[in-house]
Amino acid sequence: MKSLGSIRRSFAPWADPASKPFISVKNVTKRFGDFTAVDDLSLDIYTREFFALLGASGCGKSTLLRMLAGFEQPTSGEIILDGQSLAGIPPYRRPVNMMFQSYALFPHMTVENNIAFGLKQDGMPKADIAARVAQMLKLVKLEKFSQRKPHQLSGGQRQRVALARSLAKRPKVLLLDEPLGALDKKLREETQFELMDLQQELGLTFVVVTHDQEEAMTMADRIAVMSHGKVIQVATPAEIYEAPNSRFVADFIGDVNIFEGAVGGADGGYVRLEGTNGFPIRMASPERPATGGKSAVAVRPEKIRVSRQPPAHAPVNAVQGEIWDIGYLGDMTVFHVRLKDGRVIKASSLNAVRAVEDPLGYDQEVWISFGEDAGVVLKD
Amino acid sequence: MGTWSRFNIASIVLGFGFLYLPIVLLVIFSFNESKLVTVWAGFSTKWYTQLWHNQALLDAAWVTIRVALISATCATVLGTLAALALVRYTRFRGRMLFSGMVYAPLVMPEVITGLSLLLLFVAIGLDRGFWTITLAHITFTMCFVAVVVQSRLLSFDQSIEEAALDLGATPVRTFFAITLPVIAPAVFSGWVLAFTLSLDDLVISSFTTGPGATTLPMKIYSQVRLGVTPEINAICTILIGIVAIGVVVASIVTKQREAQRERDERAAFAQS
Repeated sequence: MKSLGSIRRSFAPWADPASKPFISVKNVTKRFGDFTAVDDLSLDIYTREFFALLGASGCGKSTLLRMLAGFEQPTSGEIILDGQSLAGIPPYRRPVNMMFQSYALFPHMTVENNIAFGLKQDGMPKADIAARVAQMLKLVKLEKFSQRKPHQLSGGQRQRVALARSLAKRPKVLLLDEPLGALDKKLREETQFELMDLQQELGLTFVVVTHDQEEAMTMADRIAVMSHGKVIQVATPAEIYEAPNSRFVADFIGDVNIFEGAVGGADGGYVRLEGTNGFPIRMASPERPATGGKSAVAVRPEKIRVSRQPPAHAPVNAVQGEIWDIGYLGDMTVFHVRLKDGRVIKASSLNAVRAVEDPLGYDQEVWISFGEDAGVVLKD
Repeated sequence: MGTWSRFNIASIVLGFGFLYLPIVLLVIFSFNESKLVTVWAGFSTKWYTQLWHNQALLDAAWVTIRVALISATCATVLGTLAALALVRYTRFRGRMLFSGMVYAPLVMPEVITGLSLLLLFVAIGLDRGFWTITLAHITFTMCFVAVVVQSRLLSFDQSIEEAALDLGATPVRTFFAITLPVIAPAVFSGWVLAFTLSLDDLVISSFTTGPGATTLPMKIYSQVRLGVTPEINAICTILIGIVAIGVVVASIVTKQREAQRERDERAAFAQS
C-alpha cells in the first residue's frame, strides 16, 4: 500500500516529535448533572493549525469549544494554552476569541462599534482603535457598511462583521462555532475558501466546530471526529477519509460500503476475508487481524468499478449484481447495485466524457469490482 | 375585509359604549358651568382655573408625583435585578418557589398587602408618611417590573453577553454596555407601568399613609365622599388627557420604529 504521506501537505507539526503543541487538552471531562458531555478527552493543537472538531449534535464538540473559551469549566482535567494552564481564568482574560454560531452581534451598536468593542476593553488609544477597525473592515470588505446596525445587514455581511470583531484583537487562537451554518450553500462554499485564506494570511490558529463533514474536509489541516464526548480519530482529512481507524469514522465521513467476513490465512502484506457476500476479498493492510476472527473492509463508492464484463481478477474482489438505481448528479453518477443476497452496494463514477455510447441502464446485469488497495481493513 | 353587518356595528357600539360612556360623561361635565354635576348649564372652563387655586389638591398632586417617581425608579432597579437572577440561574433549588413568589403580589388583594405593610411599619416603629407610602409602592410595583423584564430576558440572546465577555469585558461592564442597553425598552416599560400603578393607587396608600402625606387619589376619594364637584371632574379629565397622550405617543413611536426597521431589513437584503 502506498503511504498516505505523499498526499499530506508540507505543514505537519503533529508529525514532528520535536514540536510543542500550542493547545493541550489533557484528560478533560465535563459533566452536566448526570450527563457526560466530554469524556476524558485529550487533544493537541499546534500553532497556525486549522483544526476542526467534527461530530453529530450532542457529541460534546461545542462544550469543548466553550471550555476553551472559558464559558464552561472542566469537571476534571486541564487545558493548557501556550504553556499556561487555563484553569480558573475567566473568558475576559483569555487570549482567545470566539466567533459565535448566531454571530452574537451587539444589536444596538454600529458595525464599527461592534468591531471596536474588544479593543476598547483593552484601553487601546482611540487613534489605534480607528486604524485597526478600518483595517478589519477592509479585510472583510465591509468598508461601506461601518455605520450600519446589524439588522441593516444581510446574513453574509453579518457573518463578516462577526469574523472581523473576533479577529480585531488579534487573538492567539480563534474559536469558530459553526461559522458557516447560517449561510446558504453557495455563499458557504465561497466563505470556506475565504476563511482558509484569512487563516493563512494572518498566521493564526483556528479551532472550528462543525457538523458538516464537507466543510471540515475542505478547511481543516486536521480533523478530530467526535462521538459521545470522546475523540474517535484525529488525522488529516485525507487520512480520515482514506484510512479511517474504525467503522464509526468510515461510516460518518462520506459514503462507504462495508464487507464483512472471516479472516483467512497469511498472505504477505494482504488480508484475506472469506465468505463475504459470496466472494473472497484480498486487501492490502499494514496490520493483520487474527486468523479465523471476524473483520470487515470498507470501500468508498468511487473506488468501486461497475462493468458489464468480469474483471481479470474475478472472483476475488468482484461480484455480480444488477443495477437497482441510478442517480445522475451531473459531475458523477451514483449506481446502486443489488447483489444476489439482496445487499445494495453504492458505486459512483466520474462523468469524464459528455456522451457515453451505450450507457448502463436499469436492471442490467453488471460486475462490481475493486482493487487490492481500494479499501481499508477495519480494526473493530 | 369583512362586511359591516348590523350585528358587527351593534357589537362595536355596545362594547365601546360600555367602556367609554362613563369617561365621556365625566369629561363633558368637567366643562359644565353649573356647580351641580348632573345638570348641564352651558360650557365653561372655570373649574380648570379654580384647580390652580386649590392648594390642597395641588399639594396632593405633588406628593403623588414624587412618590411615583421615587418608587417607580427603585422598583425598576430591584425588579430588573430579580428578573435577571431568576432568568440566569435556572438550576438552583427552589427556583419554582422563588418565581412563584415574585408573581404572588400580582394577585394578592391590595387590602392584604396594605394591611401587612402597615403592621410591619408599626412593628418596626417607622413614622408613617411620605416614605412609608413610597416604600409600600416600591414593594407592590417591583413584581410588575420583574415580570415585564423577565419576559424580555427570555427572548434575549445570551450569546451576545458571552461575546462581550469573550472580547474582554468584565461581567459588570458587560451588563452596562450590552445587557442593559438591549433590554432598556423593557426596563423602561416596567418603569412606566410602576409609575402609573403608583400614581393611581388608593388602597395601599391609605393603609400606609400618615399625617401630611395625602396622595391625589386619596384626596379625590375623600372629596367625593362629601359630594362630587365639577373640580374633581376637571382634574380627572386632565389625568385622562395625560394618560391618553402618553399612550398615543408611545404607540406612534413604536410603529415608526418598526416601520423603519422593516425598511432597513428589506434594504439590506435587496443589495446582498
